[in-house]
Amino acid sequence: MPRRSDINSVLVIGSGPIVIGQACEFDYSGTQACRVLREEGIRVILVNSNPATIMTDPDFADATYVEPITPEVIESIIIKEKPDAILPTLGGQTALNAAIALHENGALERHGVELIGAKVEAIRKGEDRQIFKDLVIASGADVAKSYIAHTLEECLEAAKDLGYPLVVRPSFTMGGLGSGFAYNEEDLIRIAGDGIHSSPTSEVLLEESILGWKEYELELMRDTADNTVVVCSIENVDPVGVHTGDSITVAPALTLTDREYQNLRNIGIEIIRLVGVDTGGCNIQFAIDPKDGRVIVIEMNPRVSRSSALASKATGFPIAKIAAKLAIGYRLDEIPNDITKVTPASFEPTLDYVVVKVPRFAFEKFPAADATLTTTMKSVGEAMAIGRNYATALQKALRSLEKRGSSFHWGEETRTVEELLTISKIPTDGRIVTVQQALRKGATLEQVFEATKIDPWFIDQIVLINEVAAEVQAAPAMEPCVIRYAKDFGFSDAQIAQLRGLSEQEVRDLRYAHNIRPVFKTVDTCAGEFPALTPYHYSSYDLETEVMPSDRKKVVILGSGPNRIGQGVEFDYSCVHSSFALSDAGYETIMINCNPETVSTDYDTSDRLYFEPLTLEDVLEVIHAESASGELVGVVVQLGGQTALGLAKGLKAAGVPILGTTPEAIDLAEERGEFSRILEEANLLAPRNGTATDVEGAVKVAEEIGYPVLVRPSYVLGGRGMEIVFDTATLRDYFVRIDGQAIVGPDSPLLVDRFLDDAIEIDVDALFDGEQLYVGGVMEHIEEAGVHSGDSACTLPPISLGKKDVDRVREATLAIAQGIGVKGLLNVQFAIGAGVLYVLEANPRASRTVPFVSKALGIPLAKAASRIMVGESIRDLITEGLLPAQDGSVVPMDAPIAVKEAVLPFKRFRTLEGKVVDSLLGPEMRSTGEVMGMDVNFPIAFAKAQAGAYGGLPSSGTVFISVADRDKRNIILPALRFSQLGFKIVATEGTAEILQRNGIPARVIGKVSAHLGDDTIVELLNRDEVDIVINTPSGSAARADGYEIRASAIAADKPLFTNMAQVSAAVASIDTIREGFDVCSLQEYAIKRREALAKA
Amino acid sequence: MSLTTPNAVLVLEDGSTYEGRAYGAEGTTFGEIVFATGMSGYQETLTDPSYAGQIVLMTAPHIGNTGMNDLDMESRRIWVSGYVVRDASRIVSNFRAERSLDNDLDHEGIVGIQGIDTRAVTRHIRSKGSMRAGIFSGAAADLSHEDQLKKVLEANQMAGQNLSAQVSTQEEYVVPAVGEKIGSVAILDLGVKTSTVNYIAERGFDAHVLPQTVTAEQILSMKPSALFFSNGPGDPAASDKHVELLRSVLKEGIPFFGICFGNQLLGRALGFTTYKLPFGHRGINQPVLDKATGRVEITSQNHGFAVDAPIDGVLESPAGFGRVEVSHYSLNDQVVEGLRCLDIDAFSVQYHPEAAAGPHDSNYLFDRFRDMVLASATTSGASL
Repeated sequence: MPRRSDINSVLVIGSGPIVIGQACEFDYSGTQACRVLREEGIRVILVNSNPATIMTDPDFADATYVEPITPEVIESIIIKEKPDAILPTLGGQTALNAAIALHENGALERHGVELIGAKVEAIRKGEDRQIFKDLVIASGADVAKSYIAHTLEECLEAAKDLGYPLVVRPSFTMGGLGSGFAYNEEDLIRIAGDGIHSSPTSEVLLEESILGWKEYELELMRDTADNTVVVCSIENVDPVGVHTGDSITVAPALTLTDREYQNLRNIGIEIIRLVGVDTGGCNIQFAIDPKDGRVIVIEMNPRVSRSSALASKATGFPIAKIAAKLAIGYRLDEIPNDITKVTPASFEPTLDYVVVKVPRFAFEKFPAADATLTTTMKSVGEAMAIGRNYATALQKALRSLEKRGSSFHWGEETRTVEELLTISKIPTDGRIVTVQQALRKGATLEQVFEATKIDPWFIDQIVLINEVAAEVQAAPAMEPCVIRYAKDFGFSDAQIAQLRGLSEQEVRDLRYAHNIRPVFKTVDTCAGEFPALTPYHYSSYDLETEVMPSDRKKVVILGSGPNRIGQGVEFDYSCVHSSFALSDAGYETIMINCNPETVSTDYDTSDRLYFEPLTLEDVLEVIHAESASGELVGVVVQLGGQTALGLAKGLKAAGVPILGTTPEAIDLAEERGEFSRILEEANLLAPRNGTATDVEGAVKVAEEIGYPVLVRPSYVLGGRGMEIVFDTATLRDYFVRIDGQAIVGPDSPLLVDRFLDDAIEIDVDALFDGEQLYVGGVMEHIEEAGVHSGDSACTLPPISLGKKDVDRVREATLAIAQGIGVKGLLNVQFAIGAGVLYVLEANPRASRTVPFVSKALGIPLAKAASRIMVGESIRDLITEGLLPAQDGSVVPMDAPIAVKEAVLPFKRFRTLEGKVVDSLLGPEMRSTGEVMGMDVNFPIAFAKAQAGAYGGLPSSGTVFISVADRDKRNIILPALRFSQLGFKIVATEGTAEILQRNGIPARVIGKVSAHLGDDTIVELLNRDEVDIVINTPSGSAARADGYEIRASAIAADKPLFTNMAQVSAAVASIDTIREGFDVCSLQEYAIKRREALAKA
Repeated sequence: MSLTTPNAVLVLEDGSTYEGRAYGAEGTTFGEIVFATGMSGYQETLTDPSYAGQIVLMTAPHIGNTGMNDLDMESRRIWVSGYVVRDASRIVSNFRAERSLDNDLDHEGIVGIQGIDTRAVTRHIRSKGSMRAGIFSGAAADLSHEDQLKKVLEANQMAGQNLSAQVSTQEEYVVPAVGEKIGSVAILDLGVKTSTVNYIAERGFDAHVLPQTVTAEQILSMKPSALFFSNGPGDPAASDKHVELLRSVLKEGIPFFGICFGNQLLGRALGFTTYKLPFGHRGINQPVLDKATGRVEITSQNHGFAVDAPIDGVLESPAGFGRVEVSHYSLNDQVVEGLRCLDIDAFSVQYHPEAAAGPHDSNYLFDRFRDMVLASATTSGASL
């Protein structure tokens, strides 16, 4: 059946802010969906609260609503836009949940809107555990055996059938409280006994353990004619017990016979039929007992998922795009395969290469968190690599992580085999390297299997890599055949250098001398059976290259690698925009990136895509191959975050032209002394500062410049070890705490800056072409200086800066841009304290806020920056109409206010005792994503941002307040307002006293360590009797109690404010929520902006 | 594979040469080089008699990971004349594995080559077509290129070859019906696979597997409920004897089902011709449209020849068997993938409903076969 003629407009629901488990893969799928629908002539309406995404760019939809994804807001959009249908299967669980809510509250029926992509019934069948279990059994497959028990006798009886270990799950307890593994009868009696006691229904579920089984996933698609295809099989290298998002995974499955694979395929097809997905895709997870091949179905997702994004990149089969087409009525055989153009999408891709995905974690940001990998996903990003064999793909993937120690190495290893094996037993970040070291030191394959349950085939591949390393090391000379041999198993020049005691450059020179270069193969969905028309390449030390010559001028754009805290989808946004802008300007664009979740690694985004690690070696090889096939104008390094910027120097040294700001200029901004000189010349101030290499030196500097001070080790990435220190005792304690981490010493001094207490922090994104400065936007942080800019909420335009302040900021930005010699983008962070403007830092590259600024003010910063980098002037870009005539430093009085709010992942991370880690904000960034709220004034915009980030603020109920002494004066007015709004107030003793003296009724409540019998705040939270928590930390003594409060608030999912700036913003907002939100699309804002400017 | 594994060379008849290392038995072998794109099921592929006379190149890089077992054998032995892989597995990891692939190749004397750019060879065959090739490993690898090429050019061409005698059973054997017996099927073994025979037996037929030397009279004297022609190697244009045999049986009104080589022979029996495809269809992801239902099947295929017939409309059998239509065709390149006779009880498909290796989407065809046989018996009044 061709496309349905009754669907002319579709509302696409996005996935909201990036959180762990739901990241930019949904930007990729949503962007694809929007493009497909528009190509079909359908009017696309989009709602997504995440401004950092590419899909929310106004170019991708007819009406783009950067609004909270709540049923109320979506209903307002439905009333306004009257879409024919809603497509919720491309926006993760968020979109699916929103759609179900709209179905349940009757909104869909009320407004006559059809759900497409998946029927409600199908979503329910996939998600309801019992229904799904029955379905699996009906499909002829199996589920984990389980029993419900109410007494210990019943438990022991069940254990006879289930065997040990078994899983005990008490019913109806919060957050899996009391669950555990029982390895023997004694454990069972203890855990089940506690479980029966803690369960409100005195009930426990006992389940067969499938820990250590092999884990697989299939990606399926099905159309209305019941045509079903399996797009990809994925095998988890880490066995069952580690979340698939945290596992190393490989595609295709490598340890199944055809009989076993076809069995999974049959089960998968039967399940997708029974669930009733008939216009889209689904993902099904299986566990297989390695001993006898018994198959258990773990779960299915009736939507596009993280795995389907991975499968799309791994196979070249664009699942989201096809899903969107199926949703509007097409059948699989009516959709052409993009890559071959001549064959249809109703086929199953076959791979002649191996794809490996490795997760990237951020445990260093949460030192208190238990780093054991479990069935709760904890990774913040992933890297994918393609190789002609597993060893190559694995080694490429590991070096794509850009993390010290993530690759296999053959340096010193002091741990014994026994120690290494013991460590390997517990799955953690980097276990694969521990396994490699254990094998290298003599552990047998059997021992490693016993410790890890990783399939012997994968373990043997590491044995193989160690053997190759040994051969390379033992070779009498570096003959070409030895280099080729190492390269065929994915060894980097750096690894070979380590093995041979050479430098990386020496190995590279030797390799070049022998002309040993990789060739580039094509991802073509069909293993070479048909010619591929899409240049989607990966490197291989093989015979034949497939890079086609071209006579166009080329630009290479370096992406930002795996997502991590501090470097995520925002940078992909800039890279993708650069690609579009340069393509429009007539260049052939070449993208290099290794992040499978992104839009930049969609083969549709750039003219050519290279899925390669972002290391100097790998990037140089792509540039070599492309230079051989046409004229390379240069490389864009300033859009891919620190990853791309970090390669600039090496590329330049290798003679590669860098577009825009030069590597030398980049150095000026990064090197402290040089940067101070620039500031001095421009008459600009930085906070007083100094450096120290030991504790005494640091104390001396701190006392000289005055407390509080901000300390940060140099040469440490991501703000690690960054702290605000208020006194000498704490500073001495800091040195005790970092002792042993070797982050401060003679070669890596500690930077000590005067910390500007109570200062307002300001962020500026600007363009500079060598002559003219164009300010993208001036953002004012809500949180005071000291909270990392990525974790702080901010507003655009600023809401409390005067025109003079903005003018000073503009002048200072210009001076810095000139001083550094920027050509392209520049981000500067300022602070205004006691009326004095300080420069905190400057980064001559795209910042995290580029997409936010672009959307809030309608200024395409990344596009303009790319054009400036290839030599065009800001004046020209204004004339052309790419840039508005008025830059972002002047915003009309009646312009809307945009608020960006950060989203934090504390709930994911638990300490060894099982508590949520502390949620205080500080100078080290820990947020994973962001939302934007936009409206006529700050309170409404802030309320929208809160709704987008955390589901919203309550408009009535109980507020808990406990503030530090320094905040007591400032809490009075907000508390009064809460009281006037009808909120009940409970407060700790000291705070309550102040409030009552000011005539604000407040009930006194104990902290954690209260008298016996009295209620504590933690108990109130557990009983769901508190709706908002305000807790500002005082000195370190009260922090422990505060921590308990904050942890409970996070665990109970309550809005939590830890500083006064947030409190003031929140209280102003609560008033506005009661009437509900008005909605306005970015396109409407753009029209208003043009009208306002025309009037002015 | 390590730096010390003996050398090996793959030489194609157009002179292209690929240097790798020895795999399986060492020595020299010749055949038509073809590529197979399945990512699973190398054991089924190797033991599929249709690959007799061919050097098979696997596009999937890792081969041998799950070893070999008795249950997955599609016939009594490995048939390929040579084997080309990129990365041969060093160990075996599967709960059903009984032996390693390396061991079986060596044991059965199959000469292979590993460590070459299999994708480059695939792309070469795709653009130049299937051709003769030789693998030279061990001492033979040291022969001069000219000598090696000369030997390749002396080898047999696939076109015009009748290979049925090589692969067919020498003696008739019977696999009894599973469950209630509803009849018997005469299976002409042109290279039949174990799975096919089992699926027919599972449909309630005694499966009589007959040597390819059997005559029409012998078949008719068995009074089978139906005749089945299997898959098999070789050029259908060189199998006049089997075409004649089929015509004789069809004239007697005996229902017929054929797959792969059997489809080509039905095509010829109906009066159509066959032709050689440039590089064939060999994979387990081939989309085929069933014209009757409009549904797409993902099929397992292994054929280098095809029936030449228009895919639209109803045709008249040039050999006088009434109306015929193309029932299935390939969505990749519109090659005929199935024939259905409208006036006699006969149909055939070019692909493999028994899969092994491959998806089970088309297994229903064995049901369709059984239904046809039952319906035919009802209308003709014959007893099964």
